[in-house]
Formats: sequence, C-alpha cells, structure tokens
Amino acid sequence: MSALIINFTLNGEPANARVLAPLSLLDVLRDQLELPGSKNACEQGECGSCSVMLDDELVCSCLVMAGDIEGSRVTTVEGMANGRVLNAVQQAMHEAGAVQCGFCTPGIVVAATDLFEANPKPTTDEIKEALAGNICRCTGYGAIIRAFEDLAGTT
Amino acid sequence: MNVHHPTTFDEALAAKAAGAVPLAGGTDLMVEVNFGHARPTEVVSLRRIDEVKEFEGRRIGSGVSWRRIENHGPRALAQAARTVGSPQIRNAGTIGGNLATASPAGDGHPFLAAVDAQIELASVDGRRTIPWDEFFVGVKKTSMADDELISAVVLPDSLPERHEFGKIGVRNAMVISTVCAVVTRDDQRTTVALGSVAPTPMRARRAEEMISAVSNPSDKDLAEFQRLVSDEVRPITDHRSTEEYRRHAAGVLSRRLLERCLR
Repeated sequence: MSALIINFTLNGEPANARVLAPLSLLDVLRDQLELPGSKNACEQGECGSCSVMLDDELVCSCLVMAGDIEGSRVTTVEGMANGRVLNAVQQAMHEAGAVQCGFCTPGIVVAATDLFEANPKPTTDEIKEALAGNICRCTGYGAIIRAFEDLAGTT
Repeated sequence: MNVHHPTTFDEALAAKAAGAVPLAGGTDLMVEVNFGHARPTEVVSLRRIDEVKEFEGRRIGSGVSWRRIENHGPRALAQAARTVGSPQIRNAGTIGGNLATASPAGDGHPFLAAVDAQIELASVDGRRTIPWDEFFVGVKKTSMADDELISAVVLPDSLPERHEFGKIGVRNAMVISTVCAVVTRDDQRTTVALGSVAPTPMRARRAEEMISAVSNPSDKDLAEFQRLVSDEVRPITDHRSTEEYRRHAAGVLSRRLLERCLR
C-alpha cells in the first residue's frame, strides 16, 4: 500500500506525517509526532480525552482521519500554554486542584479553552454542557466545575 | 491509502463513482476504522466542499454540522441536534452523515419523518429527490445507489406551527436514544414520528389519524393517543433496552410532546 504524505499546521508550526493506513489523527499525534498529551481511551468519540482543535473547532482526534487534515490547522493540549506560562483554563484547574488521575485533564483543558474563548462568563449549566463530551472516570467533576466557575467569575 | 480532498461536489461524485468511501464528519466511519471493522483504501473527504455546507431556507446541505443546526435549525430539529453526542461530535458530525449511516437511533430522523422531508441524492449522472420513507429501507440500509452521495435535505415550504422533539436515554448527554420522537401539530393536523423503535424511523399513522380528528384533546383522548403509539411501534429488545420498555416509553414520550404542542 502506498504512503500518503500529509502537510498541516500543528500548534502553529508546519508539520507533516506519513500515513500508510486509514489511521486517526490521534494515532499520528501520539505515535509519529511525539505529542502524547491527547489521550487514547475509547476510540469512539465518547470520552473526549483526545480533544483537539481542528481548524478552530473542538473535535475528538480519534474520529479525524489523519489523511483528511491536509492543509488544516491542528492545536493540541501541548499548544495551549504559552511556553511555560499556563493559559487561564490550565491555571484555574491548577489552583482548584481539579485533577485526580489526570487522564481526562488534557481533553478538559482543550474543551474548556474552547468554551472560554467563545463565552468568557459561562454559567454553571453552560460549563457542564460544554464539558458533556469529556468523561472523568475518577468522577472528579466537582472540582473541575468549581475551577471554571471561579474562572468565569474572574475573567 | 489515498484520500481525495475535492473542493467541488462534482469532483466528489466522480470519486464516489470510482469507488471511494465518503468521509464527512468521521464520527461513524472512524469508529469502524478504529475497531478494525473498516479499512478503506480510497477515501473521498467531503469537508472542503462549500456547496454541501449551504443552509438556505428549507434546504439543508448534507455537510451542515449538528452544531449549526443546533444554532440555526427549525425548533424540533435544533432540539434534536442539541442531543447529538457532545460538542465535539456536533462540530464534526453532519446531517448527511446521520442519514447515510441510517441508524435506527439517528436523532435527526424523526423530525424529517414528521414533516415529510425529501432527501436529494446526486451522482455523476444527475440528481433525484426522494421522500424520507423511500430513503430508509432497513437497519443501516438506504436506497442510495453505489455511485450516489446525499446532496441535501429539503424541508417542506411551510413547517407545522408547533413541533417538539424528545429523547429518552440512560443519561442526559452523550447518549444513544432508547426512544426518540417528534410530534407536530398544525391546527388539528398532528404527526408523530419515532426513532429507535423500528428498523427505520417510522410514523404512528393510526395515532395521528385519531388525534387529528380531535380539536381539543381531553385526558381520555391523550391516553388513547399514547396507547395507539405504543401499539404501533415495532421495537426489539437489545443491549440498550427492552421491547416492553421502548413500547411504553414511545407512548409516554409522544403524549408529552403532544401536550407541549397543545400548550
């Protein structure tokens, strides 16, 4: 089978990958591009742990075919902070202790960053609905919601 | 492995005619790929085709995402859109993909059935428009020919004055329907369409006929409407629910949606 070379923008920098099969973007990020922040859990779009921004839209990278991102812009959790300076969502989670095992955290950072960019003062219901696609199997939702309620009150 | 990235629908139709597997939002196809059930070697991505993203009046392009329908669709279709997966799924998934997958549990289908929507299909040879009930032919089966793609969903020129969607599942978000339904009411004329209770979306015609003859339904009329819906649906028992529960829930849900339409 012939390989497909894909060129795209990854966290603001030009990137490429060589794809031999109908792999997901998640596989390429983790296995080829050494960006393991996006997690692999359900592989069916139910858990949100692989959330990334694709051309400014929040999506599950496990449901994006790698061969379909030619020319697109991809931002992963690794692209959320400015160097070592956390973004507001990361800082809020850090301050609220909104992390238990940490597996869902990258997806929640990406989803919440998308929420706060569109809506800097979300209500609690809006926060919950925006995070409906991100599952925390430690069930640590209380601290996560509180972190974003605090952020909504201070932005 | 080859992925075509056409920017015109005609190019996509040519690729489809040559046997490429269409990729819209990926929310169904990539699950098949991830679980080893599909391994397409020729893929045609529909993501860059502006023509199928048009959403003008009563014509909804097949590439319109659930997110856009949630924000701009007619009431009951927007209500349905809000229950599709999660924000991530709604950003990626499209109404055309939902139709092409033709899951009995497709959340967008009851609205299309309730308002008698038409499905526009295209191939390199031209276009044809068929009613929703000729499109769905079985569980995950449609009447599309091998060389066809869905170009648009066409709603009727005027929609019923009242229309409401409801869905029952085991949790509030990110859930596949146990039963979903749309009830419409315009003057007295009532339609009720249901999903997850038959191999394809279906209308409960006897219930419609009964309640459409009543101008101001009493509790007794509503109870009879509920009974007829439960009687008409054809659910099965599977890993998600039982036939008995689905039958019961279909009646209760349809009655509640009708009550909302009557308020």
